[in-house]
Amino acid sequence: MDLGKDLVAASATPLVLAILAEGDSYGYAIIKRVTELSGGHLQWTDGMLYPVLHRLERQRLVSAKWSASDNGRQRKYYRITKEGRAQLAAQRRQWQAVDDTLRGIWMKACTA
Amino acid sequence: MTAPADRPPVEDQIAQWRAYLRRRRAIDGPDVEELEGHLRDALAGLTASGLAEDEAFLVAVKRMGSLDALSREFAREHSNRLWKQLVIAPDDAEESGTAARTETLVVLGLAVAAALAIKVPALFGLRLSPDDELPPFYARNASLFVLPLLTVYFVWKRGLDVVSGLWLALPFAAGAVFANVYPFRTGGDTEVLTALHLPIALWLAVGFAYVRGRWFADGGRMNFVRFSGELAIYYVLIALGGGVLTGFTFMMFAAIEMNAEWFVAGWLIPCGAMGAVIIASWLVEAKQSVIENMAPVLTRLFTPLFTILLLVFLATMAWTGRPIDVERGVLIGFDLLLVVVVGLVLYAASARRPEAPPDFFDALQLLLVVSALAVDALALAAIAARISEFGFTPNRVAALGENLILLVNLGWSARLYARFLRDRAPFAVLERWQIAYLPVYSIWAAFVALIFPPVFGYR
Repeated sequence: MDLGKDLVAASATPLVLAILAEGDSYGYAIIKRVTELSGGHLQWTDGMLYPVLHRLERQRLVSAKWSASDNGRQRKYYRITKEGRAQLAAQRRQWQAVDDTLRGIWMKACTA
Repeated sequence: MTAPADRPPVEDQIAQWRAYLRRRRAIDGPDVEELEGHLRDALAGLTASGLAEDEAFLVAVKRMGSLDALSREFAREHSNRLWKQLVIAPDDAEESGTAARTETLVVLGLAVAAALAIKVPALFGLRLSPDDELPPFYARNASLFVLPLLTVYFVWKRGLDVVSGLWLALPFAAGAVFANVYPFRTGGDTEVLTALHLPIALWLAVGFAYVRGRWFADGGRMNFVRFSGELAIYYVLIALGGGVLTGFTFMMFAAIEMNAEWFVAGWLIPCGAMGAVIIASWLVEAKQSVIENMAPVLTRLFTPLFTILLLVFLATMAWTGRPIDVERGVLIGFDLLLVVVVGLVLYAASARRPEAPPDFFDALQLLLVVSALAVDALALAAIAARISEFGFTPNRVAALGENLILLVNLGWSARLYARFLRDRAPFAVLERWQIAYLPVYSIWAAFVALIFPPVFGYR
């Protein structure tokens, strides 16, 4: 099962923020975590993550820092900010509302 | 590209991929680093899970997504970056940052050299100052301070060999010798004519360097025409900025009751005017693609306006029966008008897709050319009448020659336009005619600058 494009795009922000809330990370690791969490259902085109990260950085929901990785190359690490956490909480409530609504109607459909 | 034996082939593939990425204007240096880091991590992950290196590269690149889609996303997020195209050196080839830096240094060096060159005569007592009149030496030699340096830039940039470079030095040397050994009567007509025509003649030498000495190779001359037009646009823009700078210089030093006039007239304006030629050329070279649309846009805007002007002028002349008053200023004015019309035709041609069918704008161009022809014929008649009445003067002969040259160009252009509009000939014929005609202007200008003074006794 592959998710629709719009749904993937809409879920990108909360997903990235939630992963960064677990701890600082970098692009490749974030992609791996997404695949892991979704059991392979959420397939991102790898490159597309970066414009999203840069947007979050511009909106100050995350901050970024270049530092050396264990393989010696410079790597750009992202960290969630306070505003990012607030945004994550807000998004979480919104998704919860959507989820509740859908759940309600599907439960009814099942029991009817 | 051959790989050194000790370098794994995947490194070459990565280098190539990075080069592709660099060409995307919306993705800048650190982003390329970041994306490359990602690619390398993905490669490491895939080879660890058992894929061969080249297979892993294919999979990793595929997962990265198509470069087009990627740069579109980057452009959406970083739309502000696109302006940078204006000031950053070329990125079309696999040129590294060092090449761009070298070019910046060369350009700055040449600009400073041009700015200093204009001050050299001051060491020999020819001072530029607001109190004295401008020594005519500067007017005669204005182009010689900067055009040789501009030619050096193109010789360097295009990688011309030394021999061609030395050949190109010849016209400049000749211009410098003749402009200065002729015993001009100060402020005489021939001196003014030489000052006006020498730059036009020498511009051809710049053109030779621009097209790498291959004057007849495909497209080179048309590119030079575009370059000249865009250089003019950039130069005017820089001059506007310079005007603002000058204004502030005066204002601020006046505020502390000091007169900055000697600095502005002696240094800021002459040095700035010279250096700006080099800088403007470099900007045009570096980022042709951005402003490439400027000359055509101006052409589209002003072709209808100039057509209306010419038609209204002709109608007024016919209505009132007033003759053209032949004075030096008027003659030059009409010549310039025709130059503008030829320029409009030339830039319309340079911006047009040759294979496109005739449209309304082409018909408008024909109308412009025909009305310019009519005005030109009237001006010619006026000059001829003047000459038959009062005899030859250098100004009248120069104006007559320029008029004839432009008349021939416009007449033949009108014929080709008409044929094109009736689908008898492709547009390319008109374009070829225009570019084949280019040297005529410079040759005539050289003739006026160098032959007229002795013929007319330096008066």
